[in-house]
Amino acid sequence: MSASISLPGFADPVRDAQSTFRAVLDAMARPGRLHHAGRNLTAPAPLDRATAAVLLTLVDNETPLWVDPAAAPARDWLAFHCGAAIIDAPDKATFALALSLPNLVALPAGTHEAPESSATLILQVPALGIGTRYRLSGPGLRVPAPLAVTGLPADFARIWQANHALYPRGVDVVLCADTTLMALPRSVSIEEA
Amino acid sequence: MPDAMPPDQPNAPRRHWMAVLARADSEAIADLLGTSDALPEYQRLRGPEAGLVMVRGRAGGGGAAFNLGEMTVTRCTVRTAAGFVGHAYVAGRDERQSELAALADALLQDPARQSRLLATLIEPLAAAQQAGRDATAAKAAATRVQFLAMRNMRA
Repeated sequence: MSASISLPGFADPVRDAQSTFRAVLDAMARPGRLHHAGRNLTAPAPLDRATAAVLLTLVDNETPLWVDPAAAPARDWLAFHCGAAIIDAPDKATFALALSLPNLVALPAGTHEAPESSATLILQVPALGIGTRYRLSGPGLRVPAPLAVTGLPADFARIWQANHALYPRGVDVVLCADTTLMALPRSVSIEEA
Repeated sequence: MPDAMPPDQPNAPRRHWMAVLARADSEAIADLLGTSDALPEYQRLRGPEAGLVMVRGRAGGGGAAFNLGEMTVTRCTVRTAAGFVGHAYVAGRDERQSELAALADALLQDPARQSRLLATLIEPLAAAQQAGRDATAAKAAATRVQFLAMRNMRA
């Protein structure tokens, strides 16, 4: 495995992971708000800096990771720096990394007894803040918030509402692009705007 | 015997040099590396960072593993400009030793440097470590009580 690890992880593992964790926490609490992560990280292709930072922060040897085949070139880097088991079947994943929206139904949605056992999808998109417009509403939003994303499928609002309908079960999503991230917790309702 | 390693295992030579480097102190590695060619540029991929590892052992008739205790280990991974990745895990918290050991591991994987480094770095370190073990064994042997001799004296 060693020949293909060509890049270091966080320069300052403790502080960088803490600030990224804080960004993800705030993003989950305020769906649709843009946060920043991974500015001083060199990410392995094809990952963006925010995607790599979120994975370094959240994924470890206790969280099986499913990796989209399109992100396969980064597998060795993830295995080395996160120490995670990279699995082939998404149904056992705690975290999933994808470069295009995978089938959400294939990811674990948790159970009514343990809804926290669901998967979190780290989805890298071409751009956040521009592109197709949606309207978010739900916990954490006093008034509906706008969301603009490039790279989601045309019927994303319908796919998401099926996930949202499972509440308290369901998959949480962290959208990453370049050094920005935004979270879509399962509690949020999305409609096209 | 700490260095006894089944020779038919894969990577046996690399296991041997990693074991020798893990027991060598940082000054000794630095001195011997310095006598070799100019050191290439390298990048730290991880660490050096200290942490704890759980040492597990098998004792007692049942053979079940149990947690013997935690020990401090420092690890480091470096990548040389030529693309060789070296790892080191050393006991204790000597960050310089783990970094030099990782660098030496990376250089030893380079076929162009391997045989010279084995001769100038690994063999002297291994010989010094073996001499240390022999000295300890000789001191211990001097205190050995010969029960056979006592029986002969009584006879």
